[in-house]
Amino acid sequence: MANTAHIPTSNSALIAMITDEDTVVGFLLAGVGNVDLRRKTNYLIVDSKTTVKQIEDAFKEFTTRTDIAIVLISQYVANMIRFLVDSYNKPIPAILEIPSKNHPYDPAQDSILSRVKHLFNAESVASTRH
Amino acid sequence: MSGQSQRLNVVPTVTMLGIMKARLVGATRGHALLKKKSDALTVQFRQILKKIVSTKESMGEIMKTSSFSLTEAKYVAGENIKHVVLESVQTASLKVRSRQENVAGVKLPKFEYFTEGETKNDLTGLARGGQQVQQCRAAYVKAIEVLVELASLQTSFLTLDEAIKTTNRRVNALENVVKPRLENTISYIKGELDELEREDFFRLKKIQGYKKREIEKQLAAAKEFVEDKFAEKISLQKGISINAAHNLLSAAREKDEDIIF
Repeated sequence: MANTAHIPTSNSALIAMITDEDTVVGFLLAGVGNVDLRRKTNYLIVDSKTTVKQIEDAFKEFTTRTDIAIVLISQYVANMIRFLVDSYNKPIPAILEIPSKNHPYDPAQDSILSRVKHLFNAESVASTRH
Repeated sequence: MSGQSQRLNVVPTVTMLGIMKARLVGATRGHALLKKKSDALTVQFRQILKKIVSTKESMGEIMKTSSFSLTEAKYVAGENIKHVVLESVQTASLKVRSRQENVAGVKLPKFEYFTEGETKNDLTGLARGGQQVQQCRAAYVKAIEVLVELASLQTSFLTLDEAIKTTNRRVNALENVVKPRLENTISYIKGELDELEREDFFRLKKIQGYKKREIEKQLAAAKEFVEDKFAEKISLQKGISINAAHNLLSAAREKDEDIIF
């Protein structure tokens, strides 16, 4: 179809992260981390000194890079740039909100999950009505 | 309703009627096909919705386990392990591959992760806590597995959502705009053609009546002429005036129909 977003198929893509230090360390241990020739990393460690601007820039960079397929973002970080996350609607890279150690996961705040829940309720209501 | 009065601006001819009928058939078939597609997509969409909800909820559990195993590793191997990990990052060994899946003409992305090359962190925690570190690694790889699955579900969700919206828009456009318009055009053309036919018929009738009247007139004229001639002959024979001869003729016709003389 002409108006749907083009989905690139790639043989190898990266997983980017914008999370707190512990989560980053864990995923780096799993082998997700990547540093390219310009010493650019595919992750951003968010601590108390990180500004919202830095997070925004990292989010924008990760979502526009072609070699990234999935962006993991801690929920409390996503809440800081909620307007960006909510306005993002491309299929690739996929934005995933993950829980972090110090902040419990709240499904109600997830932008995708709230849409899912909304649709789910609407659909179940619609299906009972028919 | 604006849709009712709308019709295409065409010349009302038989050819156009044929074209419009063909277009209506095409629109009907397209509508049926799109409706089927929309149904198929909706079925898929609901399955994905259910899966997303369950996977999102299980994700929390898995992240908790992996965080806990990281804490264990930190406790055993010392706090400085994170510096070792952060410094030893080079190229990603765990990557994702994306491929497409075709559902009713809509391409859905599917991610799957794979490991490439050797892991750089083999020597991490060699001094102490190596096993905990490896366990932690395994826990995070498992977390990645779930997250990658969730990512492909989520991407499919967004793509399908968009595709369903587009398809439904098309179905509605065909049903509420294109088809009524074609139907209106067809009925307009039919009406015009009927009108023309009636006009033609009326014209023919009129001409026929006119001809009939002409023939009657001519017949009457001929008859008169013959009568005139006859009266003239009588007047010549009997030596009376033409008027008297006429009177004689008409008097004879009036009174003595059965008298032959």
